[in-house]
Amino acid sequence: MAPSLEEPTQVDLDAPLQEKPNLVAPEPEHCPGPESQQAGVADSCAGCPNQKICASAPKGPDPDIPTITSRLSSVRHKILVLSGKGGVGKSTFSTMLSHGFAADPNVTVGLMDTDICGPSIPKMMGVEDETIHVTSAGWEPVWVSDNLGVMSVQFMLPGRDDAVIWRGPKKNGLIKKFLMEVVWGDLDFLIVDTPPGTSDEHLSVNSFLKESGVSGAVLVSTPQEVSLLDVRKEIDFCRKAKIPILGIVENMSGFVCPGCKHESQIFRPSTGGARRLAEEEGIPFLGAVPLDPRIGMACDYGESFLEAYPDSPACEAIRQVVRDVGVQLGLKGESVVVEV
Amino acid sequence: MVHTNIKHFVLVLSGKGGVGKSSITTQLALTLSLQGHTVGVLDIDLTGPSIPRFFGIEESKVRQAPGGWIPVPVHDAQTLPTADGETHIGALSCMSLGFILASRKDAVIWRGPKKTAMVKQFLTDVLWPPLDYLLIDTPPGTSDEHISLIENLLRQTNEPGAPPNQLSGAVVVTTPQAIAISDVKKELNFCKKTGIRVLGVVENMAGFVCPNCSECTNVFSKGGGEVMANEFGVPFLGSVPIDPAFVQLIEEGTRPVYPRGTVVGGKELGEGGQASDTSGLLVDKYRSCSLCPLFDGIVSRVVADIQSRDA
Repeated sequence: MAPSLEEPTQVDLDAPLQEKPNLVAPEPEHCPGPESQQAGVADSCAGCPNQKICASAPKGPDPDIPTITSRLSSVRHKILVLSGKGGVGKSTFSTMLSHGFAADPNVTVGLMDTDICGPSIPKMMGVEDETIHVTSAGWEPVWVSDNLGVMSVQFMLPGRDDAVIWRGPKKNGLIKKFLMEVVWGDLDFLIVDTPPGTSDEHLSVNSFLKESGVSGAVLVSTPQEVSLLDVRKEIDFCRKAKIPILGIVENMSGFVCPGCKHESQIFRPSTGGARRLAEEEGIPFLGAVPLDPRIGMACDYGESFLEAYPDSPACEAIRQVVRDVGVQLGLKGESVVVEV
Repeated sequence: MVHTNIKHFVLVLSGKGGVGKSSITTQLALTLSLQGHTVGVLDIDLTGPSIPRFFGIEESKVRQAPGGWIPVPVHDAQTLPTADGETHIGALSCMSLGFILASRKDAVIWRGPKKTAMVKQFLTDVLWPPLDYLLIDTPPGTSDEHISLIENLLRQTNEPGAPPNQLSGAVVVTTPQAIAISDVKKELNFCKKTGIRVLGVVENMAGFVCPNCSECTNVFSKGGGEVMANEFGVPFLGSVPIDPAFVQLIEEGTRPVYPRGTVVGGKELGEGGQASDTSGLLVDKYRSCSLCPLFDGIVSRVVADIQSRDA
């Protein structure tokens, strides 16, 4: 059969999310999705063993959504950290943002890692060997300091090198579980770190959080076009999913040789970098963080870079970005204390 | 369905994103071609396809023929002049979702089953010319695309009529820092679980040589890839430094030039001046890159390893 060159169909982002029925067989190709409005009645459903189940499943909204909404009702700002590209520093930036906000002892910050196949947050926060505690109220996050809690799938794995080989639906189930079960308590900020791409994890986080309201997304990119290319796709995703974009951060922007202080553009911004992209797309540019080998080292050892090297230029840049994120959230710049 | 015209499938994997899977895939493909092999590159990163950008063929579109898609050619088999005569290079062609999308800005927002179907289609419906090697570039992680890829490949390569050692193995890419290593270890365990042979580990972004003072800085730490390879008992293929001239070759298409005094593998590469020459094929320009001799060694080792198992 000759394949079609039709424009690939997109997921309906506005459809209310429903409970997924118990299927008797795996979803076929071109499945409209067992949660969708067309479940059981689409053309591709003909002959599917699940057709009856899907067609007769209740079409109401997912009953778990109100649970999630009430769980997160005590969280003031929910920030997504997104990037279409991997390895640009989403997790690094998420930890920085958390440490930055948490520098104010009166502010409580939660950090949730939704990267299921490659969770980096526990290592970067230095809590790799922790496990979650289950209480009668739900799952207790791992507290890095008095006012900074972390939740990651890593805490639930038996071995730290085990591969999590899961398809989409199973990942969605876990993310939902995370949102339903974790007792965050009163939080000023919940920072959600995501895996690269625009797929299951992103759709799930978005649809589960829609009711409770996402404050916005921070996009992370490196300066070169190969990376910006994927970030453009992420901007498109945010617009389609109606997630407000707080701004874009350029990471690994320029490298100062420790020997001769000569600045090199390791990842050349041949198309103007994130700043140009921000101007073109009309979104705020939050700042550029230079490449500093000590940032990577601090992450490897699970230390806070902001605390370890408070005088470095990279640290100043990060503080500025954190302040700008605060401003975009409608907080006054001065009230976001990021000095340590 | 059996691909009898493809001799070897080689996967390029990494648990971590942005470590240079596509960059390594590109260089492996160019080097294989320079060594005279016919190469295809299949990009199954659906939400962030980079291969069209790397080969400088972003504007190309896939054409449809009865029975399937025709991959986009990068260059044909031909002879290139060298310092001492000429060399024969193999043809190179690519397939990526990037060639199908209407706009490069469009996000592909697909859930798992749709991605699974697309990967399957890529593996069955592309009309590849006869190939010595099909390199498969993957997205980060161990999820839908990977499961679907491995399932389909294992099924296809185990059918009667498939060439021996067709699913030759995987090249695993990492960067030296511990954060990347911890994710890549998951990928090595994924290979172990699925029975994919690991052809070796390549450590990318190992060190950056300052173009001003020639001091090498380990921007992302050092040596982690080799330690990991030893720990898992898989071959370590080498460390690839960051070369801004390579990035420039990809981003702007200029032939790499190096400051005077740049010596790679005992050969003086530096000519001085600014990179501005954009003429010629990518594969031809790549020969001027400092990473080319390094990849020549890596590819020779991988090819020898694969061929020793063909019998």
